[in-house]
Amino acid sequence: MAAKGLKREQNKYIFLFLTPALLTIVAFTTIPALTTLSYAFFRWTGFHQEGFAGLDNFRRLFSFPFRDQFLMALRHNTLVFIGIFITQTALGILLAYALYRLKRGQRFFRTVTFLPVIFSLVVVGYMWQSFLDPYFGPINQLLNNLGLDFLAKPWLGSSTTALPTMAFINLWRWVGFPAIIFLSGLNAISTEYLEAARIDGATEGQVFRKIMFPLLAPSMTVISILTFIGAFEWFDIPFVLGGVSGNPAGATDTLALMFYRLAFGTADSGANEIGVGSALGVIIFSIVGIGAAVGSNVMRRREVEQ
Amino acid sequence: MKTFSSKLFFRALLITNAVGVLIPVLFLFNSSLRDSNEFVTAPFKFASSPKWANFTEVWSNGAFATYLKNSLIVTGFSLVLILFLSTLAGFVLGRYNFRGNSLVYGFVLTGMLIPAKLAIVPLFIELKWLHLLDSHLGLILVYTSGALPAGIFIMTGFFKSLPSDIDNAARIDGASEFQLLRSILTPLVRPGLAIVGIYCAIPIWNDFFLPLVFLQSPEKKTIMQGLTVFFGQYSSQWGILFAGLTMAALPLILLYLILSEQFIKGLTAGAVKG
Repeated sequence: MAAKGLKREQNKYIFLFLTPALLTIVAFTTIPALTTLSYAFFRWTGFHQEGFAGLDNFRRLFSFPFRDQFLMALRHNTLVFIGIFITQTALGILLAYALYRLKRGQRFFRTVTFLPVIFSLVVVGYMWQSFLDPYFGPINQLLNNLGLDFLAKPWLGSSTTALPTMAFINLWRWVGFPAIIFLSGLNAISTEYLEAARIDGATEGQVFRKIMFPLLAPSMTVISILTFIGAFEWFDIPFVLGGVSGNPAGATDTLALMFYRLAFGTADSGANEIGVGSALGVIIFSIVGIGAAVGSNVMRRREVEQ
Repeated sequence: MKTFSSKLFFRALLITNAVGVLIPVLFLFNSSLRDSNEFVTAPFKFASSPKWANFTEVWSNGAFATYLKNSLIVTGFSLVLILFLSTLAGFVLGRYNFRGNSLVYGFVLTGMLIPAKLAIVPLFIELKWLHLLDSHLGLILVYTSGALPAGIFIMTGFFKSLPSDIDNAARIDGASEFQLLRSILTPLVRPGLAIVGIYCAIPIWNDFFLPLVFLQSPEKKTIMQGLTVFFGQYSSQWGILFAGLTMAALPLILLYLILSEQFIKGLTAGAVKG
């Protein structure tokens, strides 16, 4: 076939093969994402757009009663981020290193470590909710039987323990993910460096601290960014375990739950506030976007070439 | 001596973690085969005479089977669309040099950064306007759109990695561009299709947020959304609740045990370079 004919045929396929995918993305991702920004600047009655509102929706978000809800939710997201970032990263690295050093049985332990990641958060949520049931749940029974009565409490029902308990459930479900990412980071490190250090008399601890840990920086960047995004868009676990109002008494409210309430109302009141909700959406998106951009910039600088 | 104790520490860590993962799951399975009273009075006993009636009760409830069927439909059709469209787009973006290639590719990549949850209100209004609210098709289109950027990204990478001699040899042998894609290249990018399939299908199967917002009719609900209904219905009938959870979770667990390597590779595909 002549080159010109090939070029013409290719042009046909470029158009034919790209259009369906691009149209789907534009229609159901790009357009909604762009319009969600514009919604924040309009007045709304139910799902009907009224008139231009300027910055009124943002002003309302930052005044009574939304302001207090917003600040409390923001605080919860921040606490959850700090909590799960520390525990998931630390435990993830330890598990990855343990898997890395394992010669036999690595496949079994890797499969088990990653298993909860495939679970639906609904299944995980209801499973732990049943286990933690204050009256009938096996966990409190076990604690009582072991003479640890003071630990047997309504873990999800008390406003001091509910949020940490949900963060723990999140950890149980997700820690296998960072573990596998860090494991593939460790596997990517050339063994020549490690051998050289060992020949020079470095202990295994020194090899880890001085060589492996710095070379894990790319995995660390990925995990930190994903944890940050996940924590500030945290929705499923608090929704399943604490409902749309963040029970008990708002102790587990998050930005995403508040956004959902503003967009679609609650079970008791169907009234929604799309304008204020969209303003909150813009703010969540800014937090996540700016945080991820700044974070990845700072963290990339720590990364060294092998 | 020192390395011995650190070896012991890391082995103990792995075993503790494995126990922490497996005990709740096995406990769930065990309790799903016992009477609700037994779960309360003696939770830690082995289900020596398994009560399969819990499972038949869940199944005969009727709604549960419908939820499972709906999830299969939604996940299945989304998956077919995602694989088909990302193969076509990945082929063009990965193998053709043309003006605008990097522009289109860049646009696709920005799609990976948009969180679907925050665009939920415009999506809701858009689907309502298209009369696709409370329909499986609407849900399938939204899932497909959300997964396509990652799918195209992965497939483009796989198509790029194949040597270009293959194309020229096929063309000299008289293959059309379509034959080249269908008969020669597609079999070679099968590992990529497996990764995209797992990367997309599992979050769709497990999702309950979009069905929660988009589906209202009881007969259209998906399994994870249906579980919330189910939990209200059988409140504190533990044996039946656990049987329901087991039935919702077991298909994926079994698939995972057979294909664990592919699952791990697929689900971490977005986070690992190369």
